[in-house]
Amino acid sequence: MRLEKCYFCSSTIYPGHGTTFVRNDSKIFRFCRSKCHAAFKHKRNPRKVRWTKAFRKAAGKEMTIDSTFEFEKRRNVPVRYDRENVITTIKAMKRVSEIRAKRERVFYKNRMSSNKERERAENIREIQRHIELAETPSVKIKSQAAKVAEKTQQHIDMDIS
Amino acid sequence: MALYNFKRIQPIPAVNDFLDIVLSKTQRKTPTVIHKQYKIGRIRQFYMRKVKFTQDSFEEKLKAMLDEFPKLEDIHPFYSDLMNVLYDKDHYKLALGQINTARHLIEQVSKEYVRLLKFGDSLYRCKTLKRAALGRMATIMKRQKDSLLYLEQVRQHLARLPSIDPNTRTLLVCGYPNVGKSSFMNKITRADVDVQPYAFTTKSLFVGHMDYKYLRWQVIDTPGILDHPLEQMNTIEMQSVTALAHLRACIMFFMDLSEHCGYSVADQIKLYHNIKPLFVNKPTFIVINKIDVMRLEDLPEEEQAMLKDIVEKDGVQIAQLSCFTDEGVMDVRNMACDKLLSTRVDFKLRGSKINDVINKIHLAEPVARDDIPRPPVIPEAVKGRPLYDMKDPKRRKLERDLEAEGGGPGVYNVDLKKKYMLKNPDWKYDVIPEIMDGKNVADFVDPDIEEKLDALEREEERLMGEGYYDTEEEMVDSEEERIKKVAETIKEKKKLISIDEMEEKLGQLGLDVSSVRARSQTRKRKRTESVGDEIIRSSSSVPRAIETHDRSISGMRDIKQKNESEKQKKIAQRKPNLFAKASESDRKIQSKKPKHLYSSKSSIGKRDWR
Repeated sequence: MRLEKCYFCSSTIYPGHGTTFVRNDSKIFRFCRSKCHAAFKHKRNPRKVRWTKAFRKAAGKEMTIDSTFEFEKRRNVPVRYDRENVITTIKAMKRVSEIRAKRERVFYKNRMSSNKERERAENIREIQRHIELAETPSVKIKSQAAKVAEKTQQHIDMDIS
Repeated sequence: MALYNFKRIQPIPAVNDFLDIVLSKTQRKTPTVIHKQYKIGRIRQFYMRKVKFTQDSFEEKLKAMLDEFPKLEDIHPFYSDLMNVLYDKDHYKLALGQINTARHLIEQVSKEYVRLLKFGDSLYRCKTLKRAALGRMATIMKRQKDSLLYLEQVRQHLARLPSIDPNTRTLLVCGYPNVGKSSFMNKITRADVDVQPYAFTTKSLFVGHMDYKYLRWQVIDTPGILDHPLEQMNTIEMQSVTALAHLRACIMFFMDLSEHCGYSVADQIKLYHNIKPLFVNKPTFIVINKIDVMRLEDLPEEEQAMLKDIVEKDGVQIAQLSCFTDEGVMDVRNMACDKLLSTRVDFKLRGSKINDVINKIHLAEPVARDDIPRPPVIPEAVKGRPLYDMKDPKRRKLERDLEAEGGGPGVYNVDLKKKYMLKNPDWKYDVIPEIMDGKNVADFVDPDIEEKLDALEREEERLMGEGYYDTEEEMVDSEEERIKKVAETIKEKKKLISIDEMEEKLGQLGLDVSSVRARSQTRKRKRTESVGDEIIRSSSSVPRAIETHDRSISGMRDIKQKNESEKQKKIAQRKPNLFAKASESDRKIQSKKPKHLYSSKSSIGKRDWR
């Protein structure tokens, strides 16, 4: 019994789930659900469909190069069973997945790091354009807004200069 | 495989038939209707065509004849000699030559008369010329009567000749008449040659085939030869001599020591000496037949000495057999075949073609790599093991005994794990985990997992040291926070603002509102005003939105007119309704014979046309 990967979206297929298609050149295609099967039948390229793992990897949205990936591999060399080895393997599996999760978190953070700057610039633009919509009843806030506007103007001047 | 096939020669008709064939062909294949009032050119053309066509037919027939008959120079010398013996070379050549001459003469005649026909000035004249031409051709052919007859006979005889392949492996049986040549042939091949107790039973060559060493062998039975000079030999004997002279075969000279054949041993030995020149370079056997009557050892001293003399001088072998008791028949055959095969191989090896074959052959002879002897080994454990015996109660337990103990077939479950070869035999029955946390355990199993994991841990430590995982403290700047907050409020408000509200508010302030909607309004396409009818026009003082009145009376002067129009409408619709038409503009003609109503009953699965 093995867990297979969906041909289209690369999700894990547990035994008893999904569909298998065997092409006449005996290549096996496994699909996790009818959605993936249908997409395959439409001849969609999984690298170009945004919700697949293949797209996310190709577009740099997920970690692809890492030493933790070296552990999970289909090995075609049969190895004699060794209890100790299996025990260490299971321990290693846990440890490796832990490390990988950690690294993925870092990867995500790095990927999102540039967003902050962009958001800030957008906010400032918005304020400049619609300063009149800022909360007005309170003079305090109004003055605050004015201040902000002034400051941002300075910022922009600085940026320009 | 017959190299020469003389059976394909077409039969040659007798002269009269020949002429009939050609002339009737002319009649059949050329136009037959001509009138004197036709243009002279056409008349000439008509007769010229006849003459030429006849000549063509003659030519074709004679040419075929000349091509089909074998040319004595081109065929194997054996066949050319045989044909010389049987049909007389000169006669044969003469006949073919005459046919060839006739061909040329006919061609000449045709040319001459075609030339004359060009000047024929009337239908009658042309017709006479044609008659003359065909007549002369026929006369020429009639002169070849004898040649044709002769060639036809030759053809028939040739077709009946045995198809001897002069180049294949051949055993050639020869000797005095009545010594048992044909009997031997019947013994070793499937041929059924007539055997009779008188001389010259066999009057021509016979061929039989047999298999030996997975090869096909040809055995040729020749007529008997008498001991007299070559010039005095008759046709029957000459056939034997031809075969002996030209075929590269194994010669089996048959002798009858019992002298039952009517010829003394001395005579037979003499004959051998006489035809010996024909045996050079061929494997030769002196086969002594009828040993059931008399063996070599029983022969008088002097005759034995003569035979021994031959053996010593010519290097021939003596073989003995009896066709009557079958003694030695197969031995002699095998001996002869082996000898012939080796001679042929020798001959080929000496030839120049052998290099082409030898180049392609490589015989590998492995050299011993060292001097260590490597005898077959039987392990000690096996040597000491007692022999398996079903009846012995202390015998080794086989899997099948276990099955019987465990409940017999269908109940007993074979223990497949029993003979696992593991480091620790206790592990044999371990349940091996397959899946963990959505991963295949088997994909991670690796003999070097520990080293790899160590490497990973080291890398992890290094990264920690480098501060790879250090998260930058979110410096929540109050300034930033405020910008964010204000921007959010602005966005919120922007969402709430609608154009209507704006218009209203601006209107209250007494400002010009026209420009607020200016863009959105001009963008929209205006709805074209529908053309109202008279009644509505007249009462257009009422706002449009409240128009609610019976449209059925619109355009009518009064109710009466309306009722009339409805009546008319009903009448007008009668006809289209009757013919199932949508309206009077519906001129569609439906298919007059719908297929499903006119074709026969359809079976299941044959409905794709509907």
